Amino acid sequence: MEPAEIFSRLEKQFSGKVSDFKGDVPEPYFLAESEAIVEICRFLRDDADLKFEVLSDQTAVDWPKEEKIQLVYHLYSYTCRHQTVFKVNLPRDNPKIGTVEDIWKVANWFEREIFDLFGVIFEGHSDLRRILLPEDWEGFPLRKDYIEQEEYDGISTQRAPLVEKLLR
Amino acid sequence: MKPLINSLPETVFTTKVDDLLNWGRASSQWYMLFGLACCAIELMQTGGPRADLDRFGAVPRATPRQSDLMIVAGTLTYKMAKRTKLLYDQMPDPKYVISMGSCSNCGGLFQLAYSVCKGVDKIVPVDVYVPGCPPRPEALTEGLLRIQDKMMRERWLVKSNPPTEAAAGA
Repeated sequence: MEPAEIFSRLEKQFSGKVSDFKGDVPEPYFLAESEAIVEICRFLRDDADLKFEVLSDQTAVDWPKEEKIQLVYHLYSYTCRHQTVFKVNLPRDNPKIGTVEDIWKVANWFEREIFDLFGVIFEGHSDLRRILLPEDWEGFPLRKDYIEQEEYDGISTQRAPLVEKLLR
Repeated sequence: MKPLINSLPETVFTTKVDDLLNWGRASSQWYMLFGLACCAIELMQTGGPRADLDRFGAVPRATPRQSDLMIVAGTLTYKMAKRTKLLYDQMPDPKYVISMGSCSNCGGLFQLAYSVCKGVDKIVPVDVYVPGCPPRPEALTEGLLRIQDKMMRERWLVKSNPPTEAAAGA
């Protein structure tokens, strides 16, 4: 199925919950409402014409000026050989969304990574803890307003300024 | 390297105990099998047949408890830094550290990243820094030879350091 067809099918099923289809880009995408994310995902996987068995990627983008964190879901279907992308906007001060771990098992680690680097809370996740950074890390480094700590666990994070050296 | 002075031809060698100990240590530097990033590939090449660290008596050991030398080969993240310190603490004295490549020297290409330690010398004392990204096997071999030079200058029986104030008072 073409991306526009996939979107119109979803629109029929979930009217008002999906919107803003953008088709003139290499990977067409649409927006989805965060409240309906689990049922939309379940429909995308189980529908006989869609059959998105694979969550190829799940990631996030921080937009500090627009006060939002945008989740991006990339889906692929091996049966139907089609793909789709959709995005979900979350408020930046309290980003919370339902987990899709029950639908695609791989989302477990994707969501842990997003939690680790962006601080998005996935409600219902079975094991939501940091995956890459140490357990005792402070802050979420891929947020644009992240400020590095002075030192980590007694290890200084400071380095000699490079420009000063060059000027000398 | 000429620690053994041939004083009685053909049968007897005389030397200093320190020199004998150092000669033994310098000729059997067992380095820890420990690689962090792309420098580790070059470290394997250095251990391989072409550069052949084995001819200096340097063989990899898979445990810190049998190692004399730690070659920090690759980008050191903070998460790994704590473990590197632990590995270093587990090595028996005397122990030496080679910092291999730009990343472990100062953070290198990744020094602006939030997760990368700005040099392994913030964690453990380093004896030899080998520059390069990554250093060629020849460069690492040179680093090993510099460690050998350092080992040969060590004094174990007679401390050449001036006595400290506390020791002088006692």
